[in-house]
Amino acid sequence: MIEIEVFGKKDTRSGFGEGLAELGKTNKNVVALCADLTGSLKMDAFKAENPERFFQVGIAEANMMGMAAGMAVGGKIPYTGTFANFSTGRVYDQIRQSIAYSKKNVKICASHAGLTLGEDGATHQILEDIGMMKMLPNMTVIVPADFNQTKQATIAIADFEGPVYLRFGRPSVPIFTKADAKFEIGKADTIIEGKDVSIIACGHLVWKAIEAAKELEAKGISAEVINMHTIKPLDEKAILASLAKTKCVVSAEEHMINGGLGDSIAQVLSRNTPFPQEYVGVNDSFGESGTPEELMVKYNIDTADIVKAAEKVIARK
Amino acid sequence: MENIELEKVASQVRRDIVRMVSAVNSGHPGGSLGCADFLTVLYFDVMKHNSANFSMEAKNEDVFYLSNGHISPVWYSILARSGYFPVAELSTFRKLSSRLQGHPSTDKKLPGVRMASGSLGQGLSNALGTAQAKKLDGDKSIVYTLHGDGELQEGQIWEAAMYAAAYKVDNLIATIDFNGRQIDGDTEQVLSLGNLEQKWQAFGWEVLHMDGHNMADIRATLSKAKSMTGNGKPIVIIMKTEMGQGVDYMMGSHKWHGVAPNAEQLENALSQLEETLGDY
Repeated sequence: MIEIEVFGKKDTRSGFGEGLAELGKTNKNVVALCADLTGSLKMDAFKAENPERFFQVGIAEANMMGMAAGMAVGGKIPYTGTFANFSTGRVYDQIRQSIAYSKKNVKICASHAGLTLGEDGATHQILEDIGMMKMLPNMTVIVPADFNQTKQATIAIADFEGPVYLRFGRPSVPIFTKADAKFEIGKADTIIEGKDVSIIACGHLVWKAIEAAKELEAKGISAEVINMHTIKPLDEKAILASLAKTKCVVSAEEHMINGGLGDSIAQVLSRNTPFPQEYVGVNDSFGESGTPEELMVKYNIDTADIVKAAEKVIARK
Repeated sequence: MENIELEKVASQVRRDIVRMVSAVNSGHPGGSLGCADFLTVLYFDVMKHNSANFSMEAKNEDVFYLSNGHISPVWYSILARSGYFPVAELSTFRKLSSRLQGHPSTDKKLPGVRMASGSLGQGLSNALGTAQAKKLDGDKSIVYTLHGDGELQEGQIWEAAMYAAAYKVDNLIATIDFNGRQIDGDTEQVLSLGNLEQKWQAFGWEVLHMDGHNMADIRATLSKAKSMTGNGKPIVIIMKTEMGQGVDYMMGSHKWHGVAPNAEQLENALSQLEETLGDY
């Protein structure tokens, strides 16, 4: 019987806010920049406690990215904060030239990623950001699964020298990682061990994968659930070790299928040992207004979709 | 350094520029020649910098960002001639595995370069970040930038301009290479910049003007600009230049923005530029 301890429910962006506030106390080189979304990004505590190290840049994301790169030249560790849409697509060229190519120690912290932004609709629901960021050389891409992990990841990336894209979200979701679990970049967490199918997920879909594993268990299927919180560098060893056991995989993410975590997994499999794979993700479509729950159902990234994909991929073995 | 000495450096820099672009039949001689005098004064007379021991962080050093990265030939020549790397390395410009990439980059760790540039409009933001970092550290050094006038058509420049004034970034001196030319023609025809002085003033900047081909004026204006730092306002210098300055057939049009001289044209150009410090 699968039993996962849950430590309440919170939004991942609040994990970022707490992590940043802690860094404010422990690392004097950390500075924060925000493009008029301080409250949404939960950066208020850092701002209140470190006013001289907080830079409100206004609604000017391109300038924010360029400034962050310039601060890194001066030895600072800049954390930029805005929605995922404005953290990536809007400023891709600034990130590409001033941060990734120039290898600057900037942490691009992106909230409200994916469909679960909800009612604001497709203009703000970016589903391409993981793809854009993972294509950039020198860029590390992290998508933590819950509040605790987002907090730990926020803290951990300060000690990592290099550009990082940290993606998190708006809705309140179950907390299932331990508060003191140290975050290791590039090392996947196996949450449930299983033998029939591997479900490899990131972000909000990790909890959905856990729910799916429970439903599959009731059907007599043993699913392994892996929290692939780091998309790049990808923990290839963990994927291959799991697949050696299960011989099939479902990837699950709140992102476009094109360019997402699933694509990265497929590359590992095709280069090593091909196994059947099914993708749970948004299929070449923009989102729309609605509640997060409604959107996850409509765009086929809910628990039921993972269960269905698991059954399908097992049948393909 | 005396003006006459600075002129000698600038002449050699101009020889380097035309030789570098001609050797690989690519690169941007026009704007490079136009900014040779300014960068010579900046690096040989004005900036506080340590070329023998390049430090990315530049603690207690002035910092320069070349925002219009396509005029890399002039910057590379200046960096080499002021001691950042061997002058002989100029011969590798734009060649495979060279540290002297077509547009400046930090990728291959060329001393003197702190940020990639080429995609326009980003250097002012980079400079703001470094200027703010220096303020946090109590470092009184100055951050300098150079921009093309056509580059001012990029929106990010104006985001940065607004920020700099609003937050009183007064340890920053930006210079505009105001030659009135861009790839497709005269700036006035392609997309008029309107009244540049009024634009910068309206954005809250101190505006100075200078003749980019008069060593005495460049020195005096930069000196004045330095004296104005620390007064709560960012400073911009609108520098009047001639694209292709120093090579007669390149002056007076936009045509030599990104075209390299052939062997015969190179010979003609070199005949107009005195070899003062020895060719690389």
